[in-house]
Amino acid sequence: MLIEFLERFFPRSEDNSRQQVKNRLKLVLAHDRTDIPPQALEAMRREILEVVSRYVELDTSSMEFALENHQRTTALIANLPIRRVRSQADEAPVEGVVDPGNLELEPLTPNAEPANAESIALE
Amino acid sequence: MSRIIVITSGKGGVGKTTTTANLGMTLARRNRKVAVVDADFGLRNLDLLLGLENRVVYTAVDVLAGQCRLEQALVKDKRHPNLVLLPAAQNRTKDAVNPDQMKQLVNALAKVFDYVLIDCPAGIEMGFQNAIVAAREALIVTTPEISAVRDADRVVGLLEANSIKKTQLIINRIRPAMVQANDMMSVEDVQEILAVPLIGVVPDDERVIVSTNRGEPLVLAETPSLAGTAFDHIARRLEGEKVEFIDLNASNDSFFSRIRKALTTKLF
Repeated sequence: MLIEFLERFFPRSEDNSRQQVKNRLKLVLAHDRTDIPPQALEAMRREILEVVSRYVELDTSSMEFALENHQRTTALIANLPIRRVRSQADEAPVEGVVDPGNLELEPLTPNAEPANAESIALE
Repeated sequence: MSRIIVITSGKGGVGKTTTTANLGMTLARRNRKVAVVDADFGLRNLDLLLGLENRVVYTAVDVLAGQCRLEQALVKDKRHPNLVLLPAAQNRTKDAVNPDQMKQLVNALAKVFDYVLIDCPAGIEMGFQNAIVAAREALIVTTPEISAVRDADRVVGLLEANSIKKTQLIINRIRPAMVQANDMMSVEDVQEILAVPLIGVVPDDERVIVSTNRGEPLVLAETPSLAGTAFDHIARRLEGEKVEFIDLNASNDSFFSRIRKALTTKLF
């Protein structure tokens, strides 16, 4: 009650123009600095997921994939929770566990041999 | 080894030329041989801030055209023989000079002078490329406003891309009372956003306009001003001295803002 009363006279920082300008700047600069078109980012996301999904099953619901800026360095932050590691015998994702529609992945080639996948990983 | 420093900002009107004039004068007073170069072809102003507009005979373009020698184009300052100005041509555009020619001029100056300070034009086109081509260090001037900070950020990126690694930040025209009222970004706010090492903070000061009117850099004034002192400190930091930052809040702390501050820190 007292706090609410005082807040009316001493407003908290979130509402002032100083905080507003900082937030606007941070947003616009994150965009300015990365300079990657959204289509390219989406293509990159799809390809990375495709490669990772060859080896492990991903939990698509809690995945994160974003460009972040800190101290003038741009980093690609990808958080890809693993549901389970694929065994060597797995040739393609088991339907129903990973929904390809959700992932927006190209379907994996059904004749991809495990040996083939290993050689890609080595390169 | 002489130091070649470009003073740049991206946005116009934030204080590049004022900074160049005052730093050049302060360094000259500290017995450094200083050449200030106006790289703003077509819109030259550095001669005015130094009060040397009547002494300009030849310009950088005349030197490049072979119409005079470099020494002939240099305007000696009337107050400090250690300071010279290389004026830009006023009747040409920014395309009158190319980066190779600019490099040639600046490198020739660097053989004779301890400091070559290049006053960069606003923008990031040809004039900017000319101004930064020979520079080894950069001073970014910005004000605590959204457009100035955004442009400064863009320039920082371009300097990095042009492998100018030593870049330092000057925050100009800060108004401590507005910062305290949360109506202006603070020095810390701007620095946090740009992430460039800070070399100076210059408070908003009406005397800058008076000094411009007279063509006398602020640092020459007999009664010291806050802004003049700030420029003096920047020059000393450039020379490697450790100088404390001025506490700008002290003089502008009103009775009410102190009470408000005390209350907010205790209650929240």
